[in-house]
Order: sequence, then structure tokens, then C-alpha cells
Amino acid sequence: MIVVAAATGFSQAVELTGAGATFPAPFYTKLFDEYNKQFGIKVNYQSIGSGGGQAQLKGKTVDFGASDAFVVDSALPTFPAALLHIPTVAGSIVPTYNLPGNPELKFTGDVLADIYLGKITKWNDARLTALNPSAKLPNAAITVVHRSDGSGTTAGWTDYLSKVSDEWKTKVGTNTSVSWPLGVGGKGNEGVAGLVRQLPSSIGYVELIYALQNSMTYGSVRNKAGSFIKASLASTAAATAGSIPDDTRVSLTDTAATEGYPITTLTWLLVYKEQNYDGRSQDRAAAVAKMLWWIIHDGQKYAEALSYAPLSPAAQAKAEAVVKSITYNGSPLLK
Amino acid sequence: VTGVVAGPGRGRLVSGTAFRGVLALGGIAVSVLLVAIFLSLLIAARPGIAANGLRFFAGSAWDPVTNEFQALPFVVGTLVTSVVALVISTILSLALAVLMGEYFRRGVFSAVMRTAVELLAGIPSVVYGFIGLFFLVPIVRGLQSAVGALPFGVSIFTAAVLLAFMILPYSASLGREVISLVPADLKEAALSLGATSAETVRKVILPYARSGIMGGVLLSLGRALGETMAITMVIGNSNTPTLNVLAPGSTMASLIANEFSEATSEVYLASLIEIAALLFVVSTLINLFGKLVIQRMAPRV
Repeated sequence: MIVVAAATGFSQAVELTGAGATFPAPFYTKLFDEYNKQFGIKVNYQSIGSGGGQAQLKGKTVDFGASDAFVVDSALPTFPAALLHIPTVAGSIVPTYNLPGNPELKFTGDVLADIYLGKITKWNDARLTALNPSAKLPNAAITVVHRSDGSGTTAGWTDYLSKVSDEWKTKVGTNTSVSWPLGVGGKGNEGVAGLVRQLPSSIGYVELIYALQNSMTYGSVRNKAGSFIKASLASTAAATAGSIPDDTRVSLTDTAATEGYPITTLTWLLVYKEQNYDGRSQDRAAAVAKMLWWIIHDGQKYAEALSYAPLSPAAQAKAEAVVKSITYNGSPLLK
Repeated sequence: VTGVVAGPGRGRLVSGTAFRGVLALGGIAVSVLLVAIFLSLLIAARPGIAANGLRFFAGSAWDPVTNEFQALPFVVGTLVTSVVALVISTILSLALAVLMGEYFRRGVFSAVMRTAVELLAGIPSVVYGFIGLFFLVPIVRGLQSAVGALPFGVSIFTAAVLLAFMILPYSASLGREVISLVPADLKEAALSLGATSAETVRKVILPYARSGIMGGVLLSLGRALGETMAITMVIGNSNTPTLNVLAPGSTMASLIANEFSEATSEVYLASLIEIAALLFVVSTLINLFGKLVIQRMAPRV
């Protein structure tokens, strides 16, 4: 206690804290490091998971939370005050597999859903060979690998499967963790990737960043417009160009954008709309708003080097409006 | 007691009382802490207890989408992995304990063996996990193919074998200790009556040392019930209930490790804490049961 008091007494500068999602954590670490260098404001970010981030914001122990899934309508009232979602970057989730010769495969949403439902059980199933006439698909049972830990990645993946398959929607549904019909689970991207590497004729799903950094083979997926899109930074960014509502709480999966990759999700920072709570100073509130503004503008240039897709101009415009709506005693902090 | 040793000095007596007070305080603090942990688990689990009811203990659904949370697959998974691991590790540790406690009590070989066993206890869980993933998983996959099970490699059996090696040091070290304490005159008596050394081990040493050996086994069981990281890496993390040890499964500890950080709904989080409270109860019951067994087995001298 004494140490804390002394520390805050000596340095007058505001120090911000945030906690939440692990998926954008490398990006946030870089961002806050740059922010500290440029503005001398220290931001502590703890990547404890989206659930933890939401809980900490609920308990008002952090200045901002971070979440890979937006807070659904039914959960909004559990927060003590009006909540704002500020999208920061987008990421994609890709199907990866372990087959002889590592062919580049094409998938459709319903085929992926039926594999994960256990309805397509062999790699040489007629529906898979019809999509991939040139690939030599073996007569081998498909081993399904999924995430064992709750994650934004699973939320994005199951959200997509729910949109393209009614059976998935009714039998399994969408969540950070679901009751999987079959398969084995690995913890984290590295757990899934490790299992896929270990198990011949298996299929799993990992974040695009992870697949790129580890040079993994992954398949392309047919989007709503009918084209087969291989996930990349460009096709991920394209998916954010679709229509985004004013509060930015939207699932980007199964995007209508013609060049967009269909299994793309946004990740958000969460703050309270009214920043005067629990005796917070106006300086502190202003620092939060300024930092958010910086993240959706200058901060975006650090995204690509770390394999995240920056916001499209359309998404950025919506995010700007949200940041501008942050108030202190009812009056906006940014003009 | 102190008074006798230290003489009639009043100061010594007071310090003796103070010393005993400090010891008692430590003992009380541990007990209070234990009860406090359990109570805080129960309090945090309240929304889950209210929502899940008694079905929590009997059902096997675990579905965060529909908010149905039932513990059976994980209780079964925990007990099966622990028991299989315990059987494997007890056989190995008994052999090691006899070897180190009776046949090679001194010398370079004994020192090397003893250090090796003790070092096993110091290897971090995650390292065991990696060894399991890269060394054990391919072997188990071969086994699964051979018997016609789904060849995942990761399974309850994989986790149990790995766990057996992780808990081995506890029972082996304690077993060695008690076996080396068996009075020499007992052993000599057996030998002089014409018993072979194998018979001496079986009929004299092991019965004499059995309560100590069981104590070590109990200690390793405690570790087995709560082990998390390594198990999560090799058990397959399937929430479908199964008694087939070659199928992927899940334990209470691995479930919590997997799902705690992203449990977004209140009931979901509370249900995971309810699992933690249940694990607490299960470990306590097994420990009490183990103590009872040890008491029954203690040599009647």
C-alpha cells in the first residue's frame, strides 16, 4: 500500500490499466509501448482473456477492457453503466490440416460445418473431392481438432458455422467454448497446431497470424459472393468494409464483401460512456479518450507488421463516432 | 516438557510456552485457511449451485451455449486418470523403493538413482506435457491403431502414463525411506530362518513398511488429483463422458484450466468454481479414505 501511494505521489503522470483479450495482445503491447514513447503515458495491459477483461471492467478495476467478442444485448444490463465498443483491428481464422503433400484445399462453410458435426467423416467424401478435383484426397478418416480453452477464436469459428449451417446453429451454437459433437481439443493456437501436426489426416482451426508466423498450410473458404478466398491481411481488411452498425457491435463472419474472407472477426476495447465514475479525474478520462483516438488512427500503422488487419475507412469512421461519444459529466471529452 | 530439559529457569519456561503458541498458531492458521478457501469457493459458486441444482452431480452435459453445466464426465475423468496413474506408479515406485532401500543402500549407483528420482519431482509440469506430446503421444497412437481405437494419440491413458511418472518421486522416496528403516534384526531373523532375500522382502520388509509406503502412495494421489498443465496437454480435452481409457477425456482440473479465462456468463464462471469446490471435496474424501486404509494396514506391534 505504502509503495503504491509513494509511486503515485512521485509521478504525476496518468497511468492507465486495461485487461482482456489474448488474441490482440501482441498488437496492444506494441501499441502501448509506442504510446508511452511518444506521449509519456504508461498503459498496463494484462492479457487475461476476454471474459476476465469484461469482469474487470464490470468491477471497475481497469480503465478499459478488451474483448474478442462483443457484449451481447442480454449481457449489456449486467454492466453497471452504458458501455462503448471501440474496434481496434481485425483478424481471421483459417482451417488448417495435415494431409500428405499438404495440398491447398478449398472449403465451403457447409462442408466445414458438416466436418465438425461429424457428417463428413472421410477426406475423399464426394463433397470434398467435388470442391478439390485436382487434389489427391486420401481415403482416411478425418480427425477433428478444436480449441479446448474458451477463446475469441472459437467464438468466431462457431459464429461462422452457425451462420452457414442451421444444424450447427441448433445443435451446437456460438460461444467462446461450446459442447463439441466430436474431436479432440488443444489448448491455445499452439495446442491446436501441435495436435494437427501430430495427427495425420486431421483438421483444425487457428488464427491467421499464427498460421502465417508458423508457415502452416491452410485452405481457402468460399464467401457469400461465391468466390474462394484465401485468408490474408488484404482479404481480412476487405471483410471489415461491409456495413457496420453505429455501435460497432457486429459479427463480420460470412461477410457480403466480394473480396472479403468469410471467417473474420473484429476485436474491441470496452470503456464506459460516462467516464466520471468512482471519483475518476477528468485528466484520467481525457487520457483514455485520447489514447483510443490514437489507436484507431496513428496506432493502426503498427497492425500489419504484426499480421493484424487494420480497420477499413468505413470501420474507422464508425469507431471515431464512438470515441467522440465518450463523456465526462455529460460533456464530450473530444471535439 | 521444556522445563525438564532447560531446568527450572522461569524465562525458559515462558519462551517454551511462546514457542508452543507460535506452533499452535501456525496449525490453526492452516486449518482456518483451508476452511476459508472452501467457503469462498462455495460463495463464488452460488449462482452455479442455484442454476445447476442436483443434476450437477449426475448429468454429463457441459454446454456453455445453453448454460447447462454438469460435472460427471470430469469427476469420472479425474478418478480414472488418477487411479490408472496410481496403479502404474505404485508398481514402479515399489520396485524402486525396494531397490534403493534394501539392495543398493550406499554407493555411487544408489546416489545416482536417488538423485534421478528426486529430480523427477523438480521437472516443471509443462515440460512433462511436452515430453508427453512428442514422445508418448506417437506411442499411444500406435497402441490405439493396434487395438482398433480412434488413433488420436492423446487420451486418458496417455495422461495417466505421464502422470504416473510425475507422481513417482513422492511414493518412491518415501518408500525408500521407510524400507531402509526396517530393523536389521527382523531381516536377519528372517534370513537365519532360511528365507531367501526375495521372501524377506515380501514377507518381512514390505509388511513392516506398508503403512509408510501407503503414506507415500497417498501423497502422490493428492498430486495426481490436482495436476493440471501436463494433463491438459495430452488428455485430448473431450467433454464427452467415457470409461474407455484409450479415448480422449477431461479432468476437473483441466476443465478449469481450459475454460476459466474466457467464461463470460455469470453461471458459466460460477459453475467452473463449483467444479473447483467439488474437486476440493473429492480430494478431501479420498485423503480421509486413504488415512483410514493406512490405519488399518499399520503393523500391530
